[in-house]
Amino acid sequence: MAKGIRDKVAILGMGCSKFGERWNDNAEDLMVESFSEALKDAGIEKDQIEAAWFSTAIEEQHVGKSGIPLAMALRLPYIPVTRVENYCASGSEAFRGAVYAVASGAADIALALGVEKLKDTGYGGLPQRSRGGLNDMYWSNMSAPGSFAQLASAYQAKHRVSKQDLKQAMAHISVKSHDNGAKNPKAHLRKPITEEQVLNAPMIAEPLGLFDCCGVSDGSACAIVTTPDIAAALGKKDLITVKALQLAVSNGTEVQHNSWDGSYFMTTRAASKRAYQEAGIEKPRTAIDLLEVHDCFSVTELVTMEDLYISPEGEAINDVRNGFYDSDGKVPCQIDGGLKCFGHPIGASGLRMLYEIYLQMQGRAGDRQTAHDPVFGLTHNLGGFPHQNVCSVVIVGQQGA
Amino acid sequence: MSVGIHAFGAYIPKARLQREVMARAYSWFNPSLANLGKGERAIANWDEDALTMAVEAARNALTPQQYTQIDGLYLASTSLPFQDRQNAGIAAEALHLGNDLHTMDITGSQRAGTSALLTALQIAVGNQRNTLVIGGEKRQTKASSPLQLTSGDGGAALLVGPGEGVATLVGYATQSVDFVDHYRGQNQPFDYVWEERWVRDEGFLKIVPSAVRQALSNADIAAAEIDHFCFPSPARRVAGMLAKTLGISDSAVRDNLQGRTGEAGSIHTLLMLTHALEEATPGQLILIAGFGQGCDALLFRTTDQVVTQGPMKDVNQLLSAGCQDDNYHRYLAINDLVTIEQGLRAEVDKQTGLTTLYRNKEMLLGLIGGRCETCDTLQYPKSNLCVNPDCGALNTQADHPFSNLSCKVNSYTADRLTYSPDPPAYYGMVQFDEGGRAMLDFTDIFSDSELSVGQAMCLMFRVKDYDVVRGFRRYFWKAVPIDNAFDNNGKP
Repeated sequence: MAKGIRDKVAILGMGCSKFGERWNDNAEDLMVESFSEALKDAGIEKDQIEAAWFSTAIEEQHVGKSGIPLAMALRLPYIPVTRVENYCASGSEAFRGAVYAVASGAADIALALGVEKLKDTGYGGLPQRSRGGLNDMYWSNMSAPGSFAQLASAYQAKHRVSKQDLKQAMAHISVKSHDNGAKNPKAHLRKPITEEQVLNAPMIAEPLGLFDCCGVSDGSACAIVTTPDIAAALGKKDLITVKALQLAVSNGTEVQHNSWDGSYFMTTRAASKRAYQEAGIEKPRTAIDLLEVHDCFSVTELVTMEDLYISPEGEAINDVRNGFYDSDGKVPCQIDGGLKCFGHPIGASGLRMLYEIYLQMQGRAGDRQTAHDPVFGLTHNLGGFPHQNVCSVVIVGQQGA
Repeated sequence: MSVGIHAFGAYIPKARLQREVMARAYSWFNPSLANLGKGERAIANWDEDALTMAVEAARNALTPQQYTQIDGLYLASTSLPFQDRQNAGIAAEALHLGNDLHTMDITGSQRAGTSALLTALQIAVGNQRNTLVIGGEKRQTKASSPLQLTSGDGGAALLVGPGEGVATLVGYATQSVDFVDHYRGQNQPFDYVWEERWVRDEGFLKIVPSAVRQALSNADIAAAEIDHFCFPSPARRVAGMLAKTLGISDSAVRDNLQGRTGEAGSIHTLLMLTHALEEATPGQLILIAGFGQGCDALLFRTTDQVVTQGPMKDVNQLLSAGCQDDNYHRYLAINDLVTIEQGLRAEVDKQTGLTTLYRNKEMLLGLIGGRCETCDTLQYPKSNLCVNPDCGALNTQADHPFSNLSCKVNSYTADRLTYSPDPPAYYGMVQFDEGGRAMLDFTDIFSDSELSVGQAMCLMFRVKDYDVVRGFRRYFWKAVPIDNAFDNNGKP
């Protein structure tokens, strides 16, 4: 196996727009908002950026195809701009492009920017669209919640968990994220909720109720990356470097072969194993200080705790209910509110996760700042459906750790 | 050379709309509906049409061996989904009958069913060919019309060919009379119906006896010898009056199932015939008549095989598998008889690429998947590389039909977000006992409690999507919980 890119790339600056129902802004406005923050944070001029990666997933809804919308919105000086799409993991894909460009030496400073403008559909939830000419003819009539909801029935059957116990653990996850989101001024949903509210909410896709589902938001997030040497030369101290960057993509085993039981993510297990190896982490439960995972639905977060090897298999429910992942727990998860409350502008989400860990590591997270002194943070960004998806796992940490 | 019926089976959709509810809803407008407000009628689910019900009847009727012996497929109905695209050809794909097949839609009158059967029998006499006659009916009817209460949705299938079979043809007659008791003109959704007293006195009671007498005479059989008389007028007394007129024993007059299913239009005679064959003993005479701009009368004598051969699920089992349904508004909504707010999610374009469909028609209509010739793993759909992580062989996939394989639920949900004409949308991963799996839509779920991981399912041919903009509809296979009343979905 390749040696990986550990400590070859540092984060120079990051930015994130306010997420939410940005009725009066176009995607371009959101892009400029996150980029302005990142550029200022990086302390460089725009023309020092040598290449850019641009992530959006549902571009028909806003900017259209290609890298041109980014280049035009930011007036980039005729540099390479690549548009990437990998379902809801698109943001991490943009980051991967920029980081690899720097790690390879092809660019000294690179930009990853994600944006999504989802609130122009006329209805709540993700846009419902064609999944491809042939897929439309035989795929089930599924929505995102309906596909992820099935994790619950399979998890219950496998681990002999009662529906009630699972629902309560899921409710704890959502209550925790609302508590966290309430402290985040850029979050889409900022009202604390109670477990009772979660359990009595209208059903979206059995057993996921309204509060088991994340917000669908408008927003943008971005990262400017460079080498640790250049960052240091620019006067940056206490660098946060990329420790691992892994992606795993379903090859059809889950949806076509009976070796998968439907209760977990094969991709997350593959990607996280490789990421820990690349980062040199042997015991993730004790080594990882902060988690930002793809909590598109409460049940996704629950099983992901096991797929990242933080909770032992079958025991995530106990960890969740014991507060292990709460903001004051051992490994805070979604300390910014997560997709659940910060919101989920698809192409921006992977970068938003990194933004939070970046702030927390620098002690810049305001009211929600963790009391720990985080050394390693992990982002988990998922796209697609449990039975066919892409999963990105990124580990960042203090330089030298 | 004898010709006869070699296989038979019916299909009755699961929901049974209570007529009392229908009559009550429109009694303010038409109080006389109260007279019809008794019993129940079978209603097709939103994803069923004449074609899908005919296909299910055929699957119910045929043994695996019989699938390979079919030379022709005739589809009878007056409510076919396509006016110009042969509907029988879609059924042939669903049933994997191959291309060496004489297919034809038979339609245009309420005796389409008996005319299809008669034509198939004549082909058997003349050409020694085996023809599968299938039919389905889902009539569009107006709210508050008596026809909406008396009609029922359903399907029937009969395999006809040389040899005595379970019932041998002993005589027939057919007469054409342009007697217009009702009609439905081009581009008209509904029937235009004339006074029923005239239809009874000048139509049923004059035209049917003429054809039946000729059939009896051709067979040299006396009316009194008839053991089963199948005549599908909604009012039982019409069949009784005909029997009396003709000299047929009153006890031979068969239940027209009006109280249980309603009249399945042009194929109801065939549905009654399958019911009669299930209950007949060897050596009995069955007379059927189909009325509509004339009359077809056919006479069969059952053989010893009638007690040893039958469909997978007989009519009485299909009747008892029904679910009582008193949601008349749902019926109106899923039959486009009321304009309901479907929401913006219903606006997703359902255009079908006809090139894509043609290239993948075996996969989509026939549910043909693959079996790896290297490792024997089953998979759906087929692909160039075997899905088995321990194999991955290239170009080893042999065609493997999945539609008759038994399967179980692996995971599921009831989705209220995605658009469905009848929410929630149920779907999930089903795993085939022999290997392979698929994330499929579920249908005919009448409550959440029916579903659990490990639940045994069977597959049914259904409408996947309606493209209302272009008048197209897509068909695919869906998973249905196996009724407790049945041991399994049957055939290998």
